[in-house]
Amino acid sequence: MRATRNRGTRGGPGPLFLAPYLPFLLVFGVLPMIYAVGLAFTDGAGGWAGFRNFTRTTGDYRFLPAFRHILLYTSVWLGLLVVLVVGLALLLHGRANRVSATFRFLFYIPGALAGASSVLVWLFMLDPSVSPGSFLLRHVLGSELFVQSIAPGKLPFIFAMIAFWTGAGGWIVVMYGALNTIPQDLEEAARIDGAGPVTIALRLKLPLLRKWIAYMAILSFATGTQLFVEPQLVNQASLGLVPDTWSSNQLAYQMAFRYGDFNAAAAISVDLLAIGLVAAVVIVTRTGLFRADD
Amino acid sequence: MRLAARGVRFAILAVVAVFFVVPLLWLVLAPTKSDAGLVTSHPLAFGSLHQVVLAWQHLDAFSDHLYRAWIGNSLLYAVSATAIVLATAVPAGYGLAFGRFPGRRAVLSLTLVVMIMPAAALVLPIFLELDALHLIGSSLSVILPFAFYPFGVYLAYIYYATALPSGVLDAARLDGCGEWSTFRHVALPLAKPVVALVLFFSFVADWNNFFLPYAVLADSKQYPIQVGLSDLLSSTPSFNPAVGGGGQQVNIFRPELALATLLAVIPVAIVFMLSQRALVRGLVGGGVKE
Repeated sequence: MRATRNRGTRGGPGPLFLAPYLPFLLVFGVLPMIYAVGLAFTDGAGGWAGFRNFTRTTGDYRFLPAFRHILLYTSVWLGLLVVLVVGLALLLHGRANRVSATFRFLFYIPGALAGASSVLVWLFMLDPSVSPGSFLLRHVLGSELFVQSIAPGKLPFIFAMIAFWTGAGGWIVVMYGALNTIPQDLEEAARIDGAGPVTIALRLKLPLLRKWIAYMAILSFATGTQLFVEPQLVNQASLGLVPDTWSSNQLAYQMAFRYGDFNAAAAISVDLLAIGLVAAVVIVTRTGLFRADD
Repeated sequence: MRLAARGVRFAILAVVAVFFVVPLLWLVLAPTKSDAGLVTSHPLAFGSLHQVVLAWQHLDAFSDHLYRAWIGNSLLYAVSATAIVLATAVPAGYGLAFGRFPGRRAVLSLTLVVMIMPAAALVLPIFLELDALHLIGSSLSVILPFAFYPFGVYLAYIYYATALPSGVLDAARLDGCGEWSTFRHVALPLAKPVVALVLFFSFVADWNNFFLPYAVLADSKQYPIQVGLSDLLSSTPSFNPAVGGGGQQVNIFRPELALATLLAVIPVAIVFMLSQRALVRGLVGGGVKE
């Protein structure tokens, strides 16, 4: 850390403080992207392939269905999130503090289950023979058997529900926190002007949440397109009824693992990376929620 | 009229709460019943503790204590990666908050973008890269990618930039402290709240990660618990009737699978409840532009 001594008169820590972090940023953040792009534009022998890997993969009979699946799933999930998270946060914000805190906590705990755990819980919930919601399964989903619950047409909705179950609580807490930054006297003034609770919620609170809603929507869209665990586990539990290439990321995975076609896998990964990157850049530059300067 | 509105509001919240809580309640109760009991008794009835012991014995016997190995692996991966995250993120956040050197903005922006990008988008590219480096299959192929945690750097950065007045640092410098000892004796001890936050998020993210270890590990003895659970799922006859002998040889049925899921969640659930308050503050405070 000696070199940090040789600095200008303004002082301040030198770049050496970044030294332990930079290798990780480069090796697991930047290089994988560059390498994937490189693979996507070359062929198995390392020669230039142009866009052939991209046209080859988009032409694959599983490519469009996979993208359709994740787009449908993401739209359902986004709809659920925006309407219900905002609605519930507004409902909670008007309540007595203790009641609201209890509800927020209850909505939030499923967040501890992510990855495979949440999917397993929902596989049980979708099995009419053991589920506490078997009545709903029979009458709303129309399924008497587990395999009927996970019929391919229902999957985008089921995955959206699982994602909502694990993730919504955290977002409700965030929205509620954002609502708390609204000055009390602003609400008071509106009330004196004769505004009812519904008017206050829609006219005053909702516009102030706009930034956060945009952030949640863009981030969830980007995350939704990367779906992997849920369909992968459902594939295992469905005896192949649900294909192992249901989502785009699964298709990329199968390209690499089943066919050893790393160039095709890289091409699909680059498609997905592009979605994630664009979403991230939009959030950073447009929402103003993250500060990158002083 | 107002009372009615309140009642409706409460009813809506209560119905939503049922949706969030009942699956968890079921999960807690399921291991107290036998597989047949799960089907015949009320879904939310309590069975007996004896059944829990039985379920654990079956689970523990599965493939020669494989379940314990999975939990151990998860701990190893999550703890060592989180240790590296702390060691790299706190100095980096400090440097980014107070440093005035070229490239600072670039590193910060890059960190932000990678942090917001869904982690799953990088899994296959990381796999392809590790494969080219012949690192696939070792525990390092999980720990090192886990140890890259840009959100931790951002949390440390935002904490130092907003909570630590630069006057404090100037005072230390006037007292003759060099840059390193200013950090070591002034900034580092003040970092406690953000260390807790980074520790929590990093640990939970690593513990729950499925895709990366699933892609880079081949030997089931090396699996972390999340990937292990998918292995168990394939061994449970009610979800996979192809399991040999109707599952009698492996003795993994729904109660065992439920217990395995429940135990896998407990470490995270405990940390979750303990840090709820700090979390909320971090989530909201960390994102709001001052």
